[in-house]
Amino acid sequence: MAGAKNHDYHILPPSIWPFIGSFSALVMAMGAIRWMHDMAFGGWVFFAGLAGVLFTFYSWWADVIKEAHSGDHTPVVQLHLRYGMILFIASEVMFFVGWFWAYFDFSLFPVPLELAGEGKELVATNMTGQEGASSLLQWPPKGLEVLNAFELPLLNTLILLCSGTTVTWAHHSLINGNRDGLIKGLWLTIILGIIFSAVQAYEYSVAPFPFAGINYSSAFYMATGFHGFHVLVGTIFLIVCLVRAYKGHFTPKQHFGFEAAAWYWHFVDVVWLFLFAAIYVWGGWGAPVH
Amino acid sequence: MTTIAATPGEVHADAEEHHDHVPPFFQRWFMSTNHKDIGTLYLIFAVVAGIIGGAISGLMRMELAEPGIQYLQGWASMMQGSAATEDQGLHLWNVLITAHGLIMVFFMVMPAMIGGFGNWFVPIMIGAPDMAFPRMNNISFWLLVPAFILLLGSTFVPGGTGLGAGTGWTVYAPLSTSGSQGPAVDMAILSLHLAGASSILGAINFITTIFNMRAPGMTINKMPLFVWSVLVTAFLLLLALPVLAAAITMLLTDRNFQTAFFDAAGGGDPVLYQHLFWFFGHPEVYIMILPGFGMVSHIIATFSKKPVFGYLGMAYAMVAIGVVGFIVWAHHMFTVGLSVNLKMYFTAATMVIAVPTGIKIFSWIATMWGGSLSFKTPMVWAIGFIFMFTVGGVTGVVLANGGIDDAMHDTYYVVAHFHYVLSLGAVFSMFAGFYYWFPKMSGRMYNELLGQLHFWIFFIGVNVLFFPMHFLGVQGMPRRYADYPEQFAYWNEIASYGYAIMGIGMLVFFANIGYSLFAGRRAEGNYWGEGATTLEWTLSSPPPFHQFETLPQIK
Repeated sequence: MAGAKNHDYHILPPSIWPFIGSFSALVMAMGAIRWMHDMAFGGWVFFAGLAGVLFTFYSWWADVIKEAHSGDHTPVVQLHLRYGMILFIASEVMFFVGWFWAYFDFSLFPVPLELAGEGKELVATNMTGQEGASSLLQWPPKGLEVLNAFELPLLNTLILLCSGTTVTWAHHSLINGNRDGLIKGLWLTIILGIIFSAVQAYEYSVAPFPFAGINYSSAFYMATGFHGFHVLVGTIFLIVCLVRAYKGHFTPKQHFGFEAAAWYWHFVDVVWLFLFAAIYVWGGWGAPVH
Repeated sequence: MTTIAATPGEVHADAEEHHDHVPPFFQRWFMSTNHKDIGTLYLIFAVVAGIIGGAISGLMRMELAEPGIQYLQGWASMMQGSAATEDQGLHLWNVLITAHGLIMVFFMVMPAMIGGFGNWFVPIMIGAPDMAFPRMNNISFWLLVPAFILLLGSTFVPGGTGLGAGTGWTVYAPLSTSGSQGPAVDMAILSLHLAGASSILGAINFITTIFNMRAPGMTINKMPLFVWSVLVTAFLLLLALPVLAAAITMLLTDRNFQTAFFDAAGGGDPVLYQHLFWFFGHPEVYIMILPGFGMVSHIIATFSKKPVFGYLGMAYAMVAIGVVGFIVWAHHMFTVGLSVNLKMYFTAATMVIAVPTGIKIFSWIATMWGGSLSFKTPMVWAIGFIFMFTVGGVTGVVLANGGIDDAMHDTYYVVAHFHYVLSLGAVFSMFAGFYYWFPKMSGRMYNELLGQLHFWIFFIGVNVLFFPMHFLGVQGMPRRYADYPEQFAYWNEIASYGYAIMGIGMLVFFANIGYSLFAGRRAEGNYWGEGATTLEWTLSSPPPFHQFETLPQIK
């Protein structure tokens, strides 16, 4: 009776990774707090915790891959993984809802603000009810120069859309047993992802508005910044898939690791389309461009 | 609800032969991949957190027992090791209410209901051997421990005026940003990040388990109501918590990186924080009560020896509560200056929730109607739940009116309302579930006399504690104050006596646990008899380490 399992579910042996991962997260959090408050060794503690978290990710998922190879991922277990990934992406969507909510709060209900001078300082701040305030009710705030949506942001949109097609090329190659096409498609997707991140980093460095102190900057940098973070995560995910493709881990029938990476990549792509439409195009319409 | 007939030979009457695969101590409790062990860890964690959170409310009732500041300055001096100013004493008050709220919500009710009972009984009730992601299940638990360490630790580092995070559990800006410069609030925020990650992973696990691991024959519309309740709860967690994560990340960057999300000087909007918070916060209150609905349904049916009345209505009422729960959030913000139209909408939408909730209350009563009732301890808690939760529900309908809330907002009437739905609602359902399943989990019967005594002392205690708060609220006593004028002295004194009575009730509870674990009669597989029809009653008490190695067939 005991141990004689007559079902296809995956009963796991004990694992230390949840415990190590959780306490690494605690070290990381404590380090972040010390760092933000300029206390001794803050950065070191943070990176020690981060190293623990990354080590946990690596070891944990290495275990998952081992289990996949040893046949533990029966059809129903693969179905679990699919559900898990879809639900995770759903929660990520709701995370971005929070940032878009902030952006639309600021843009649809603007308050009087004005920027002027060399460093684009705020000269009039939130003078609601005062004389002349109504002339400043606009979005983006008066005097703020925005990035031209139809230069680098449009290029980045095309890059991401293009990467969506290359990852699909990789997927169809994989399904048809063409490992060469899989590897080429993944390489292209990863390179396009890295170019996107590089363009984004360049644009941050030349953006005509500062990070601190203005609602526009807060919503812009945090929404696009969290998107950028997700692009990096997605790129790493695809790089892992590329390594696994070289190792021959994927078969035309069983390759959920790849599919999860592709889903995640499409999710990142769609978030960008909303950012591009809402923040760069609609939100910058009629404003002076850099 | 479906009646489950396990296939013959599936009944694991003899627990002895299953002991071979139980891992050694450290592996079993620190590296677990077993839903029952993780559920037990959650329950122990929730009891510890409940003791701490309950003790904090005891400090609050001591201070509020009479007008004037009695103890706060002394306690604050003790904590910081030097003489505290009056303001630092008052800051300690804010720290106490913050810690009490956060601990009870995130570290007591949620871990007990979802992590504890959910983990223990959702897989068993659907006829599954474990959760879909047994290893991820364990990180859901272990992330709570660092989260709790961060929250408790925040009490001992500088916050704003004194030590600790004194922001209220809602962490409203600008009190939580420019108003509390020290690292304590950052610790509280990151504590919520970790607890949130824990809950999101748990939600993914429960949804996947319930959708994919039901035993052959158990269709969605045959699932036990507790499984339904956890399913709806998991969706609320999955969709609401990320929005909180975004909101508190904005707090973090406003505090440390000079963003202006909530800083009006840079065009930011403090009310934005309230919208984001309550978009999470309202589903959160249903997260805390829905599993209780599920447990109470089983208990009422078991001790009425009847199937629950209107099974499908009960299930879809919970779905309706979950859906509508996402579109009523601004009724927590009636006094921030919403337009009249918005207030009318949020009033009406909130009233709608009374309909599915009414379906549930009346169906429980209809289940008892004509039943063969036996008033065992779980049943008296469940009936107490229905009674007390209805009181809290009715005051909720009062507060749902935007116009009335203008007068009631942030008074003790609100405190009375949400303690009736939580301390007398959610907590009663948890005790009901605890007594119902404790012998199943431990293999030992609890003591019936002590259980009844616990109920009656606790019932009297919490009513003496919280009912007077309605009077105080109507008289205009504001919440979140450490001091009050003479006119509020009478009912405050009564309420503090109520706390003491409740505390005695809790001593009886702990005595009962201790007695049962060491001297309780051994429990058989189905110790409740014919009324108990779900799958956990086909197993031994406690169940084997891995149950259902051959999946049960549901007729």
